Amino acid sequence: MERIPILKMGPYLLVSIQVDMHDRLAMQLQDDLTERIALTGARAVLIDISALDTVDSFMGRMLGNIAAMSRVLDAETVLVGMQPAVAITLVELGMTLPGVRTALNVEKGMELLAASLRAGESTSG
Amino acid sequence: MASSASPLPRLLREHQAEVLNDWLSRQAQSNATRRDLISEVELSRDSTQFLAAFTQALESGDPERQTGANWEHLHEMLKNLSVTRARKGFTPSETAMFVFSLKHPVFDLMRRSIKTPDDLSRESGLATSVIDRLGLATTEYHQKGREEIMLRQQQSMLELSTPVVTLWKGILALPLIGTLDSERTQVVMESLLKRIVDTGAAIAILDITGVPTVDTLVAQHLLKTVAAARLMGADCIISGIRPQIAQTIVHLGVDLSAVVTKATLADAFAVALARAGLAVCPAPGAPRTAASGVVPAAEA
Repeated sequence: MERIPILKMGPYLLVSIQVDMHDRLAMQLQDDLTERIALTGARAVLIDISALDTVDSFMGRMLGNIAAMSRVLDAETVLVGMQPAVAITLVELGMTLPGVRTALNVEKGMELLAASLRAGESTSG
Repeated sequence: MASSASPLPRLLREHQAEVLNDWLSRQAQSNATRRDLISEVELSRDSTQFLAAFTQALESGDPERQTGANWEHLHEMLKNLSVTRARKGFTPSETAMFVFSLKHPVFDLMRRSIKTPDDLSRESGLATSVIDRLGLATTEYHQKGREEIMLRQQQSMLELSTPVVTLWKGILALPLIGTLDSERTQVVMESLLKRIVDTGAAIAILDITGVPTVDTLVAQHLLKTVAAARLMGADCIISGIRPQIAQTIVHLGVDLSAVVTKATLADAFAVALARAGLAVCPAPGAPRTAASGVVPAAEA
């Protein structure tokens, strides 16, 4: 069965969605990602959806849910690389993903995560 | 024999100059000619060309259905004339009156030249129906011309009114002018998101100084744009909120608490610069007039 790879890099988990998302795949990703966060104790998750050019309400909710679940597991999550068409569709569907942090591309997303990890360390340490 | 062929084309051909002069003098007296919008030279040129084409078309026959190259030429000419006059600001009836005013000179000519009452009434009927059809066609062309103008204006307004300006590296501004309806919001949103991708901007300032009124619908459109930009990883600041608009927003119960709002574009720009870790300072060695004007106020 096809899966979306989850790559671990230091304290980060990287998810890059390169294939057409269908509902089963999204559910699988949700399971895999939560498991991996718990297993590795990752502090930050970056989800790249730059290759995703169509989205429906289910997919929008899944993205929101995955981000929310990661946050519950104490991993900062950022959604990067959303296409303009996808952003407009989500907004028209009324899904503004209020709790999810976003960035334009992977580079900016990593900067954002690095900054929030540093901030987290300085407050806790 | 002449009973089958109408004598009208022949009469018009023979007395063309006479009819033209009569027509021009009648048009000069008429109110519908709108001498303020069209010059005498233009009017006489239009009239001469129209009368020539009209005679030619009548000579080719088939006045009922008006088909054939000569009639097409006449209609083409009418179309150009109507569109030109529509652009100049003629009303449809004023444009149609140009054609209808030809009736008088033509009827006068027929009264003088055709002696038998039967022939006269038959020819009058024919001439009336032909000129009426042409006049009505004018109205139609006029309307089409107006519609084209409106469509073009609407499109150019859409294009003109949604510029996305780069204020600084990574800072975009979107000066919105005019009412925000769904269609414009779509255009605004698309151009903003496209520029965010192109420039990699992290901050966008929506300036609504030029938006005359903000109701719940406009506010909703604004919030949609803000949400879409945020999904792309860019923060939005709404600026240019006038006091009346601030009052309206609060009275309507529109919740803008999720968005940073500033009174002026300058304030918003200052916030954007601060977020980008930049500051504006006076250039070294520059005359300190502007700065010295600010300092006492800041101390006071």
